[in-house]
Amino acid sequence: MRGRIADSLVASDLTPHGKRRLVEGSINGVLFLCGLVSVLTTVGIVVVLITESAGFFREVSIVEFLTGTQWSPMYSDQQFGILPLLNGTLIIALGSSLIALPIGLGSAIYLSEYASEGVRKRVKPALEVLAGIPTVVYGYFALTLITPVIRTVFPGTGIFNAASGAIVVGIMIIPMVSSLSEDALSAVPRSLRAAAYGIGATKVEVVTRVVVPASLSGVAASFILAISRAIGETMAVTLAAGATPRMTLSFLESIQTMTAYIVQVSLGETPHGTLEYRTIFAVGLVLFVITLLMNLLSQQITRRFREQYE
Amino acid sequence: MNGEHFSPRLAARRRNGTIFKWLCFGATIFAIVMLVILLVDVTSDGLRWLSIDFLTRYPSRIPARAGIKSAILGTLWMMGLTASISFPLGVGAAIYLEEYAPANWFSRLLQTNIANLAGVPSIVYGILGLTVFVRFFGFQRSVLAGAATLSLLVLPVVIIASQEAIRAVPRSLREGAYGLGATRWQMIRHQVLPVAMPGILTGTILSLSRAIGETAPLIMIGALTFIAFPPTSPMSPFTVLPIQIFNWASRPQADFHDLAAAAIVVLLVILLAMNATAILLRNRLRKQL
Repeated sequence: MRGRIADSLVASDLTPHGKRRLVEGSINGVLFLCGLVSVLTTVGIVVVLITESAGFFREVSIVEFLTGTQWSPMYSDQQFGILPLLNGTLIIALGSSLIALPIGLGSAIYLSEYASEGVRKRVKPALEVLAGIPTVVYGYFALTLITPVIRTVFPGTGIFNAASGAIVVGIMIIPMVSSLSEDALSAVPRSLRAAAYGIGATKVEVVTRVVVPASLSGVAASFILAISRAIGETMAVTLAAGATPRMTLSFLESIQTMTAYIVQVSLGETPHGTLEYRTIFAVGLVLFVITLLMNLLSQQITRRFREQYE
Repeated sequence: MNGEHFSPRLAARRRNGTIFKWLCFGATIFAIVMLVILLVDVTSDGLRWLSIDFLTRYPSRIPARAGIKSAILGTLWMMGLTASISFPLGVGAAIYLEEYAPANWFSRLLQTNIANLAGVPSIVYGILGLTVFVRFFGFQRSVLAGAATLSLLVLPVVIIASQEAIRAVPRSLREGAYGLGATRWQMIRHQVLPVAMPGILTGTILSLSRAIGETAPLIMIGALTFIAFPPTSPMSPFTVLPIQIFNWASRPQADFHDLAAAAIVVLLVILLAMNATAILLRNRLRKQL
């Protein structure tokens, strides 16, 4: 008897339940598709870069591409050695790191260890504004303000030089280093600091020998992410650092980064489908692989070496 | 322990401490000084050219007659289209990841993938947009192709911000809704989303302000630099403020540099307005709850 009542209850509920389940199921499906878009984006990037580069590598050997020291796809004497572009990118990455890593870490230490709540409240939004300024604006800044200063200090420097690009990219990535490192520093528990003070350390000793080492994985991850960002930076270096691919270690010469080369080709009249045009995919592939590896490395460091306190 | 040789050198250590503190302070100030110099420099260069005429005229080869009407309208179109593509996709993906995704390898892959996409250089998105939207889908060099490209670019940021907002909704609200017999979607629609919306909107507006400052991907998809008419449909060719700035800044003449500065002031004002909107919106919605 009881069983039959229960059965009838279930039976009378079947229709709305079925309908509900259908609605719920389809919503689940639609939302899943939204999530899938991001996977398709990655797949799209990889497929586009690899298929278009494959056409390029049918005509230019990979060895020549990766070891050649001359890059001149637009000249009659075509050379496809990517090393000069890599050289340009590395000079910018090196120069901007020299500026952004110490200054970013210094300001992270100040904000996390020394600054009062009031100072922190005022400084952090300013850093966020700095991080939100479009890169083309930094390019203008480099060209019209930093370059003239460099040319006064080092007469004979050209309008386009690596130093100007490196300095401005350095300024651009300071907020990233500062904010990510500060997160890492403030995650170090009070007890570690208290223990160091307890055995007679001064504040600077606590900071440099306890807090920074304890948060080293987070700081290192922020450094790698910032360098990766410098490598991918495009507009500022296109405007300030020039369009001359060359092997050099001098900051005062005009250079060309991988990103600036891609912009140069897409601004020009190079016809689609030619070998010259395909170079941007090969260069883009190298750029993508380098930045991807650095991002993965940074994630790996955070995951592997994160000190678990608690 | 030969304690008699121990010297605490306290004075020297304190001095080091003071030097270190001021070095760190200097590093903090450096970034802010740079920000101030940049803003002052741009404003002083550009102020002379800023006028109503500058805002309402089309680009010209003669600096005195040049304006940014087509660039402003292009930027507004770009903003609207990018928002209407990236907002539903990003929020949808965030809801899926936070509320629906089963704990398996594919969900973890989705999450890792989003983190990695956030680190891909913007110019690589430009290469993708050029090949997929401009050529394969046949959008040509239109506002739509640009907006689709920028949407993919900001999608990871929208997703991550929305996820954080959704995650912050207290468990008790969800359990209360379930307890009253709500289905999962009813619970999300009526409890989670209203509470998470301020955070989601703030994240979306901030990511849009990143999108309208982007230059490289739009140059890649071939946004023309000389456009003397406003876009009339998603399929129109277009220019945007950052591209106009790049175009003027890359010319050798000083007058064009000042025009670029004037356009930068306009762009920064738009960005500032968007950020202010994000903050106001957040405060207002928070009050209503």
